[in-house]
Parts: sequence; C-alpha cells; structure tokens
Amino acid sequence: MTEKPIQGEKRVFMTGNEVVAWAALAADAEIMYGYPITPQNEIMHYWTRLAPKHGRRFLQTEDEISAGFTTVGGVLAGRRAFTATAGPGNTLMQEALSMAEMMRIPIVQVVTQRGGPSTATVIYSQQEVTMTCFGGNGEGARIVYSTSTHQELYDYTIKAFNTAWKYRFPTHVLGDGYQSKMRESLTMYDPQARGIDMVPTEPSLGNEGTPGVDREPNHLRNTYNTEDELYDVVTNIMSDWEKYAPEIAEYQEYDVEDADVLVIAHGVVTRAAQAAVKELRAQGKKVGHFRPVTLRPIAEEQLRKRVEQAKSVLVVESAYGQLRKILDNAIYGLTTPITNFFKPGEGVTADEVVEEVNKLL
Amino acid sequence: MSVAVPQMPQCWRRETKAHKFCPGCGHGLVLKALGEAIDELGIQDKIIFGCDIGCSLLAWDFFNVDTVQTHHGRTTPVITGVKRANEDVIGIAYMGDGGGYAIGSQHLVNAASRNEKITVILVNNTNYGMTGGQMAPTTLPKQKTETSPYGRDVESTGNPTQGPEMVAAITPESAYVARGTVSNVRQLKKYIKRALENQISGNGFSFVEALSGCPTNWRTNAAETWKFIEEDMTEYFKVGELKVPSKKKEG
Ligand SMILES: Cc1ncc(C[n+]2csc(CCOP(=O)(O)OP(=O)(O)O)c2C)c(N)n1
Ligand code: SF4
Ligand SMILES: [Mg+2]
Repeated sequence: MTEKPIQGEKRVFMTGNEVVAWAALAADAEIMYGYPITPQNEIMHYWTRLAPKHGRRFLQTEDEISAGFTTVGGVLAGRRAFTATAGPGNTLMQEALSMAEMMRIPIVQVVTQRGGPSTATVIYSQQEVTMTCFGGNGEGARIVYSTSTHQELYDYTIKAFNTAWKYRFPTHVLGDGYQSKMRESLTMYDPQARGIDMVPTEPSLGNEGTPGVDREPNHLRNTYNTEDELYDVVTNIMSDWEKYAPEIAEYQEYDVEDADVLVIAHGVVTRAAQAAVKELRAQGKKVGHFRPVTLRPIAEEQLRKRVEQAKSVLVVESAYGQLRKILDNAIYGLTTPITNFFKPGEGVTADEVVEEVNKLL
Repeated sequence: MSVAVPQMPQCWRRETKAHKFCPGCGHGLVLKALGEAIDELGIQDKIIFGCDIGCSLLAWDFFNVDTVQTHHGRTTPVITGVKRANEDVIGIAYMGDGGGYAIGSQHLVNAASRNEKITVILVNNTNYGMTGGQMAPTTLPKQKTETSPYGRDVESTGNPTQGPEMVAAITPESAYVARGTVSNVRQLKKYIKRALENQISGNGFSFVEALSGCPTNWRTNAAETWKFIEEDMTEYFKVGELKVPSKKKEG
C-alpha cells in the first residue's frame, strides 16, 4: 500500500479542478480515463501528476466516446473508475452513459459545464443540466450532484463514488468552468478519518474460478429480444430508482420558513442567491432561497412544500430554463406564480438577484 | 430419436446451443476456431469476451467465459478499459466489419496505435448483416447490397477497407496481425491462437480479421457462399499473417 494521499485534514487554497483530482485520489479512485476539453483539462493534469505516486492509473483516449466506454470497462473490471468532461465531450459520452444506465454500471463522471449549444464558451454556464440528467436514449436513472463551492467539489466527488457503487446508478458531479478555474479555500481530508468508509467495489467480469466449472459465467447484455423482457428490465431499474430517490435527494434552504418570495437556484448560482437573501433579509424583506443539491433526483416533497408556502417564486439560472423544466415537473399542479431570470452562459450577481426579487415584492 | 451432438469446444456453453446465427453463417465457425484456441491455451478462466452490436451480439451467452455485450463499434474501448484496469485478464473484442472499420474505426486505429494489450477479432462478411445487408466498408467493388443495389461503385463510395493492412501499418513490431478465413478453420484457429499468445506474453496489440459468409443477406446457397468466400473475397483480401513478432510469417 502506498501512503494515503491526504493524512488527516489539510487546509488548502486551490482551483476546482485540482480539488477534484485530490478528492478522487482521497476516495481511492484507481483509474481515470479522459480526453482533453476545456474547462476540464486540469483534472487530468493534476491526476496524471499525482496518480503514479499513489499507484493509480490514467488512459488518455481517442475521444470522449472512448473515454466513456473505457470507464465502463474499468468499472466492469471492478475498479473505482472515473472520467471528466464538458460540453461537446459530454454529448459524446452520453452513449456510454446510456449503456451504464441500462446495465447498472456505477461509473462516475465529473462535468465541468461550459456554454452551449455547440462549442460555445468555456467558463460560466449551467447548460448541461438537461443532458447530464436525461441524456441518452433512456429514462434518466442517474444521480446528479450540482456543486457550488470547492468544499462541495471535494465532498461530493468523494460521495459520488460511494453513491454510484451503493446504488449502481451512473453518478455525476456537475460543476462548471467557473468552479474549475477559480481558487478557493477548503479543507481536504482523508475520508476514513472522518468516518466515511468507501463503499467496496467488485468486478462484474473476471471473478475467481473457471466459468461453467467453478461458477456460472457472467453474461452481461443490453440487447433484448422481446418487448416484455425489456419492459421488465426498465421497470426494475425505475422501481429501484424511485425507491432510492428519497434517500439520495439533497437540498439546502436559507430563510425559507416565512419567505414570501422564494428564490430557486442551483450550483454556482446559489452563491448569488444566498448573498441576495442575506442582503434582503437585512432590509427586513421576507425572502428565502431553496437550493437543490441533487438535480436528479430532485427533493420533490420539500420543494413542493416551500413553493406552496411562498407567494411568489423566482427561478435563477445560467441557462434558458433547464432547471425550470425539472422544477415544473416536480411542482406540477401548484399555483404559486413563477418568474424566470435566465442568463444562459452568463454569470449571475447578487445585485441582479436583489433587483429581480424587489420587482416581485 | 437421438440427435448426434456435434463436437463442441470445451469452453462453449452447451445450454445456449444450438447457436442463434443463421444456417450457414460464418460467425459460428469463427467462434469455433476461437473456442478451440481458448481450450488449447487453457485460458478459459482468464478471458473477458466483449461482443459488439451486429450479428456478434448473438454471442453474448455463447461461451462459458465472462462476457459483456457492448454497443455498435464500442467493444474495442470497453475491452481496452477492462484490460487497463486489470492486466491479469485476457481481453477479446469481437466485432463485425461495420463495427470495426466504420463506426468504431477511430477506436481500432487508436487502440492499435497505442499497442493496447488486447485481441481484436473482426468478422468480415462484406456487409452489415444484422441490419439487413447494407453496404459495409468491406463490400467488394460491384457487389450488390441493400444500399448499393446496382453494385458498389468505387468511384463514389471508395474501395473496400483493407483492415489488417491498415493495422499492420500503424502498429509497432510487437503487434500480431493476420487475416484468416472460415474456409480454413484450422489456419484461422492457429492465427487466433497466436494473437492470444501475443497478448498473454504482453507483447502488444493483436488483430485477426476472419473472412466470413453471410448467406442470408448475400442470398446465396451453400456452394455460392463458399465460392464467394474462397474466390471473390480472397482475390481482394489476401489471407495470411501480416505481422508476427520475432517469428517467420506465413502466407
Ligand atoms: C450507434 C448505432 N448505430 C447503428 C446501429 C444499428 N446497427 C446494428 S448492427 C449494425 C451493423 C452491423 O454490421 P457489422 O458490424 O458488419 O456486423 P455483422 O452483423 O455484419 O456481423 C448497425 C448499423 C446501432 N446499433 N448503433
Ligand atoms: S444475417 Fe448474416 S451474419 Fe448475421 S447471422 Fe445471418 S448469416 Fe450470419
Ligand atoms: Mg458485417
């Protein structure tokens, strides 16, 4: 055994991409597969510098289709494997993610969102929400953590491996170029020192013994001959998904109890929403903020409760309604008026949120 | 009435036989050669078999070996991912000519260039069998398919892909590359065995293309099928070893 990458706790000041690489190391991730794309690159850069010192591996593939499918192979071989990508790379990776969804392959994908559609921009955006939650030809049986701080990038990268291997759904850490590139303070830690045990991994292919002699062979497939066979498979996946969704879903609330106006935002935009709520509360205004941490599954029950309590809702996102669609689906039937503040591919400041809220008060 | 059970390789899974390929299909012969090679090398417990989407998908429960059915063209990266994560296994990527030379060609080229320690077995039946006989990269000049109904026009669609020649050109000396045919299963088995041995010894990439028949889509009887494989295909696709690390070539 090589030395633990992080002993105990360590206060650091670094970029988000560096944080992800360290978190994956601390989580005992064994192999990363990846293809260069901004703003994800430095995850690979740090990983390739750190990994060999800790007996971990890396493969630079020919494209993101391959990065997705090699990650699938790594997981099937029983390794805690992951990949990272963004934008058009995320688009290409959807094919492998769809296979992972069908075959319950616990792959971890870090997405550093960039502007879209197409090649677009590389820093500030929340335009990969729909694709990360629902990409591929499936039902969206995926788990998506939308992070907002470097501490969360660290915490949720570690957590993503455990969630993936516990529930066997593809699991995604959804950041963005802004989080990737900026520097911030956080505490890195050895998960074990905090009582977080890494969920053990196991191979789906290549177990001990001769198949057909000592044990049954593992025959994994994604093609079915009849509609009924497929119906059973998908129904099983979705019934597991629905069973576990309530325990997987996470959210945060700020001053929501008596809020007349409820601001809903996720990811890096929650920072502007939180600051705006603080400022408005200081002025005695009844404003609160609901922040889904998991976009898939969404904390439906709590969200409905808060939306119902409010007189008015403001949805703020750096996309043109991708969060809004998820919310609408969850709060269907409620009559609280909803206002949009959409800034696709642009940053959102606290001042802007304050201004929008004031229009509603 | 008792039915004579044909001689099967030991690593074949009896419960899933008779296999699901069309009568007279070449896939079964390639998998027979592969099965015998696995038996002779005594490596059944080490094999991770990946099958592509194409008629090769029917092989998902064919062997008593751990198997993963992947996506069309994606078997090379899945097996690459497995092998990179666990060097102790012997990874086999099994695919058609559409899977390997069209939709998954970037994976084949790059796995070969990186000299991945895996074995790719590619069944060349000059068409897309599973989807009903469309033109493939390997369709012969003037050959009729569903999407070249007047015969393949090489002026507008290019010449058939010479897969092993391409792989041989981009791999280092430690790779093994050969083209066999289902019309000579003994030879095909020898090539597959050498390909697997090249992986076992950690030398490098190994690649075997197998010329094969698709009587269903070719709409040929047994005699015509064999003639097409033995005469028409071999005229364009030369059978033999193209690259043998530190050994004399044959063919
Ligand atoms: C992404 C994608 N595109 C298209 C298909 C449809 N498809 C299934 S099999 C196949 C062709 C198979 O031909 P080949 O690889 O030559 O194998 P064969 O059936 O001839 O053995 C195609 C195009 C698919 N499954 N996935
Ligand atoms: S369609 Fe062709 S390749 Fe496919 S099983 Fe039938 S004969 Fe074989
Ligand atoms: Mg074919």
